[in-house]
Amino acid sequence: MKRTLILTSTAAAIAMGGAAVAQDKQLTIVSWGGAYSNSQDKAYHEPYEEKTGVEIVTEDKSANGLAGIRAQVEAGNVTWDVVDLLQADAQRACDEGLVLQIDPDEWLAPAPDGTPASEDFVDGTIGECFIPQILYSTMFAYNTEAFPDGGPQTVEDIWNVEAFPGTRALQQIPQKNLEWALIADGVEPDQVYEVLATPEGQDRAFAKLDEIKDSVIWWSEGAQPPQMLADKEAVIATAYNGRIFNAQANEDQPFEIMWDHQMFETDGWVIPVDTGNEELIKDYIRFATDTQRLADQAKYISYGPARNSSAPLVGTLEGTDIDMKPHMPTSPENLETAIRFDVQFWADYGDSLEERFNAWVAG
Amino acid sequence: MATREQRSKAPLVAADGTPLKEALRRSQAVERRRAFALVAPLLVFILLVFAIPIVAMIWRSVYNPEIREYLPQTAAALSSWDGEDVPPEAVFQAMAADMIVGVENRTIGRAAARINREIPGARSTMMRTARNVDAWSAPYREKFLEADEDWASLEFWHILQRESRLITPTYYLLAVDYEYNAQGEIAPRPEVYQVYQSLFFRTAWMSILITGICVLLAYPISYMVATQPVRIANLLLILVLLPFWTSLLVRTSAWIVLLQQQGVINELLVWAGVIDTDGRLRMIYNRIGTVVAMTHILLPFMVLPLYSVMKTIPPSYLRAAKSLGAHPFRAWWSVYFPLTVPGLAAGCILVFILAIGYYITPALVGGDSGIFISNLIADNMQGSSAQLKLAAALATILLVAVLLVYWLFNRLVGVDKLKFG
Repeated sequence: MKRTLILTSTAAAIAMGGAAVAQDKQLTIVSWGGAYSNSQDKAYHEPYEEKTGVEIVTEDKSANGLAGIRAQVEAGNVTWDVVDLLQADAQRACDEGLVLQIDPDEWLAPAPDGTPASEDFVDGTIGECFIPQILYSTMFAYNTEAFPDGGPQTVEDIWNVEAFPGTRALQQIPQKNLEWALIADGVEPDQVYEVLATPEGQDRAFAKLDEIKDSVIWWSEGAQPPQMLADKEAVIATAYNGRIFNAQANEDQPFEIMWDHQMFETDGWVIPVDTGNEELIKDYIRFATDTQRLADQAKYISYGPARNSSAPLVGTLEGTDIDMKPHMPTSPENLETAIRFDVQFWADYGDSLEERFNAWVAG
Repeated sequence: MATREQRSKAPLVAADGTPLKEALRRSQAVERRRAFALVAPLLVFILLVFAIPIVAMIWRSVYNPEIREYLPQTAAALSSWDGEDVPPEAVFQAMAADMIVGVENRTIGRAAARINREIPGARSTMMRTARNVDAWSAPYREKFLEADEDWASLEFWHILQRESRLITPTYYLLAVDYEYNAQGEIAPRPEVYQVYQSLFFRTAWMSILITGICVLLAYPISYMVATQPVRIANLLLILVLLPFWTSLLVRTSAWIVLLQQQGVINELLVWAGVIDTDGRLRMIYNRIGTVVAMTHILLPFMVLPLYSVMKTIPPSYLRAAKSLGAHPFRAWWSVYFPLTVPGLAAGCILVFILAIGYYITPALVGGDSGIFISNLIADNMQGSSAQLKLAAALATILLVAVLLVYWLFNRLVGVDKLKFG
């Protein structure tokens, strides 16, 4: 009787101790889900788990990442260790003191040739609190089966419902849609943000969107547009280029990307304050953002690595001989008419334009 | 006579000599405590997961600490500002001091984000200045004005002065499409931002419509179930309950399959030649979709109370009325219908109150024109511009509306008359 008691209590102690250790060695990483999270799993998480034995738990909550961090920090109960955010949201989180400030040379590994991290990342991507991973693009794509005589080639074509009939799937946010509306309305790409900062310019963009509102359905998660195109729920969709590439390369979907006036921006990591897990996070970040890891990610999804030193290491899609370079948003022929997404503009005008956009969608 | 009087005045005592009243109270106290202990878990549960969150939500909808907390000196200095002209040096000095602290603690962005909600672009003006301010020295006023002309904006300072109060009605104004204008008066928002009022009205009238359709459909069904022999009645009841036990999402998806433009009904109509393939009916992702799917989903909540009331009405009442010469309609109207009112009322209040808070179904089948106010509440809780406080204000208004409906109902019908089954 006594022995069993001792045995059980020892077992319990071991179990509890084990649980405590496992809990120490756990990271909760928040990202976007779908093909993108999959590429992070393969390139970052799995090798890191193998190397260190740390357990990585992922949550697909980045679409509400900023609101989530805000709520957790306000409530004093931070459960996310590392969060994948867009640069604009990262900037806001940083200004509001919700995420850690990062000294790149202290936190990040130098390039293999010794270039310090602060100089290795693509110009203008690294932020006070923001560690870039990839450059990605949002652009229009279409299902070629819907357009046997050739699909839309320019943003104006997207607005031409007569020549290119069918439903368009757009992301349910004002960002990028308003820019494209102005482009379609004849505004020069380099003046888009200037125009959009004026009330008249905003009216103009919304009026242009009104023209196609009846043929628009909305998406909110990156995995939706390829699905909508595949189901022919929509014939044209805005999408993240990696998602469309994934559908083309891995699922043999008859999709075509229209690179005209693609909008590219940076996506990367932020680290909420008060996680109490900083050492482990630091170790993970150093590993996951080194030159090789960023290049590895491009084996699984067609997003451009944010480090200059990673670019030459980009090869072919894992398990195929498809060269990834021409599919990158950063490849020169895709960049010809590209617009750089203005993080600062949206940090300033995001609130009011989002409000107006939501009212417009519901009205 | 006298002895009896004396005896009735003498206190009754228990076996141990304590007054009976006292002993009874004591023994009952134990009982009461025991009874309380039994309900205590439930009470604590309700308090924790229901009462406290609701109070917290209401608090959040008016609580406005950003300016007061993160720009405390400026808020104090502004309290005596007359609002006529650009504020005096003292205010700018206070702002500079607040900014230095705010940059140090990394909280300045929270104040900036609050003001940016009112004036787009104010955020970067504040952040830019805040980054430089520690290099400046008095007098600050001209340095601020030199650094950015936005610091001369009276609107900016008025908002700062107004929103330095800890409790604000701002979010309730926004929730009914009003705001403070440049003069600080309450005025309707520009038309392009207006959405909530119409959504509240839409939610109300569509809920009334859905409740009405439910009554029309459920009354005959319930009557039939209630008057059939037990075996058939049970079968019919299962037919009513089967969808009730099926997941909400499954039922909503089933309606999508039926109603969409490539869906079963449209295919049938095209096949039958009623419509041609370009003229497919749009029956989902709009109001029709919401009304159809929600009516179906909420129907059991109307059938069950009606049925349980109808079952208790003896058929002999109607027969008696008819044998006394009443027309069948008259017999139904003056005898049967009044007896079903408690069930009808219970069904209506259940369906209506459930309907005005509905979220999933309108979100899935409502498209743009068929969404409800709860969908906008959810919108305000998501995305990078999430306005939790506005969401809290909208939710509080919805809650008050429900309580109001309940109160009105109580006045008109009386809650004691309700019969849920």
